[in-house]
Amino acid sequence: MSIAAAIGDTLQEEHQPNEPKRKGKWVPYLLMLPGMLWLAIFFVVPIVSLFLTSLQTPVPGGQVGEFQQTFNFANYWDTLSDSTYYIPLFRSFVYSGIATLLALAIGYPLAYAIAFKSGKFRNLLLVLVIAPFFVSFILRTIAWRQILADEGPVVAVLRSVGLVGETAGVYPSAVAVIAGITYNFLPFMTLPIYASLERVDPRLIEASGDLYAKPFTGFRKVTWPLSMPGVVAGTLLTFIPAAGDYVNAALLGRPSNTMIGNRIEYTFLSVNDYPTAAVLSFILMACILTMVLVYIRRVGTEDLV
Amino acid sequence: MSQATAAPKAPLTHRLRTWVGDNALRIYAVIAFVYLLLPVAYTFAFSFNDAGRTNIVWNSFTWDNWLNPCGAPEVCPSVVNSLVVGLIVTVVSTILGTLIAFSLVRYRFRGRSTTNLLIFLPMATPEVVLGSSLLALFLNLFVPLGFTTVVLAHIMFCISFVVVTVKARLASLDPRLEQAAMDLYASEREAFRRITLPLVAPGIAAAGLLAFSLSFDDFIITNFNSGQFTTFPKFVYVSATRGIPPQANVIASAMFFIALAIVLISQFAGRRRKEV
Repeated sequence: MSIAAAIGDTLQEEHQPNEPKRKGKWVPYLLMLPGMLWLAIFFVVPIVSLFLTSLQTPVPGGQVGEFQQTFNFANYWDTLSDSTYYIPLFRSFVYSGIATLLALAIGYPLAYAIAFKSGKFRNLLLVLVIAPFFVSFILRTIAWRQILADEGPVVAVLRSVGLVGETAGVYPSAVAVIAGITYNFLPFMTLPIYASLERVDPRLIEASGDLYAKPFTGFRKVTWPLSMPGVVAGTLLTFIPAAGDYVNAALLGRPSNTMIGNRIEYTFLSVNDYPTAAVLSFILMACILTMVLVYIRRVGTEDLV
Repeated sequence: MSQATAAPKAPLTHRLRTWVGDNALRIYAVIAFVYLLLPVAYTFAFSFNDAGRTNIVWNSFTWDNWLNPCGAPEVCPSVVNSLVVGLIVTVVSTILGTLIAFSLVRYRFRGRSTTNLLIFLPMATPEVVLGSSLLALFLNLFVPLGFTTVVLAHIMFCISFVVVTVKARLASLDPRLEQAAMDLYASEREAFRRITLPLVAPGIAAAGLLAFSLSFDDFIITNFNSGQFTTFPKFVYVSATRGIPPQANVIASAMFFIALAIVLISQFAGRRRKEV
């Protein structure tokens, strides 16, 4: 780099210290080419392929799993009007919606406690929040099966206080599925909320108290709005994977608790009815993208990445 | 953590109530932590269960599972598979993702927001959709499923997480540090190698660890694209119906302590080096 260019750069940086440098025009493209190519081939192309598969029809007289490329949009209507599909789809959003609210109710106070009340234990507590990730999530879900089983501690406590009858249990049930989903995605809720609470200047909260706001009013008017980006990120990071999850429903629920993910897996891998499974996947993605866009528009947060 | 702030002469019930009031948030947090860690404790405890083939009810204590972690069939081969996949995925996705992060933070160029969107979308897509769309592609192109398709799929979903992690670290770097190095007659390449890279290294390491743990623990995408190939999570899920051998708990517990040790050591080392 010539000295003149270096000086030019320095001058520029003085005016806008955070403005990235302008060098060879092709450099950034070259840097990201391999990674973006990978995402194009293994994310974008598959989505297109999924859409094409969703329009396929069986080969006449062919075997199970043999389909030909047609553009049969009736697949969408046929699948959506079938109650074995639209009920699990609806159930998925109900379960994941409840689980997201529960995770918020548990995760927000937890993040608040870590951010403001943990003192020198803060880093240790943060490690404890992500510690569950270090154990295979399928084994943790199996552990819930043991914990919620009729011989387990939860049912024993619930029976002793009379919340659950002598013959009734918790596993398998919708409650167990929702508890499992809430559990599996709780760290995804807690960490972003913590990240935005950590940036809140405690003096702002003190100031609200000095101005005679009651603690709750101070929270509602100062802390909560400032933590909103974390809440938005946390709810999305919980809701999106929860809506597509099928491990919890498969391991903790009854057949009557199946979610759309179970249907997609079963139709794709066991029935080999690829077009129907592709329709379901595509509808799930479309529903989630719509909900996410509406939600982001509502709460008005632009930069999430 | 317990300090009673009430006057010492107040009646006990009143003091108790004040203490609970003062520490309500802490008590809530403790309960939340019990909720978070109870399944981990269960998984660990049941690794010592003398259970035979089905590890559901507590039987009796034994060291056998830990002394012979490969005692149950299929456990160790599936772990080896997961480790191999995880290592390849970590190396490739960390390199690809770090390059993208650098170009996004260090350069302004046309198509930047499209790039950001393409990074964000795989993270905003449920795993069933990612898994089934890849399967649709592989089926349409008659690609045989197995080790290769699993690696290809894992690298895809890990790249975005690497980009986000490295980007955060890069964005918090003071660009004046590099500038200062060049003022002191370091060439651009030297400044990058001796200033930027060491400062970003913790972010890249964190991204690599994240990629490895995402790959090692992935079940849903793997299940769609693995065919007969079995990873550790897939083995556990498949054997859930006929009973998971306690050796699986041993492997999971061992991984837990290794990961915990890495995180705690890196935190300790980070503190000793003082704020970077």
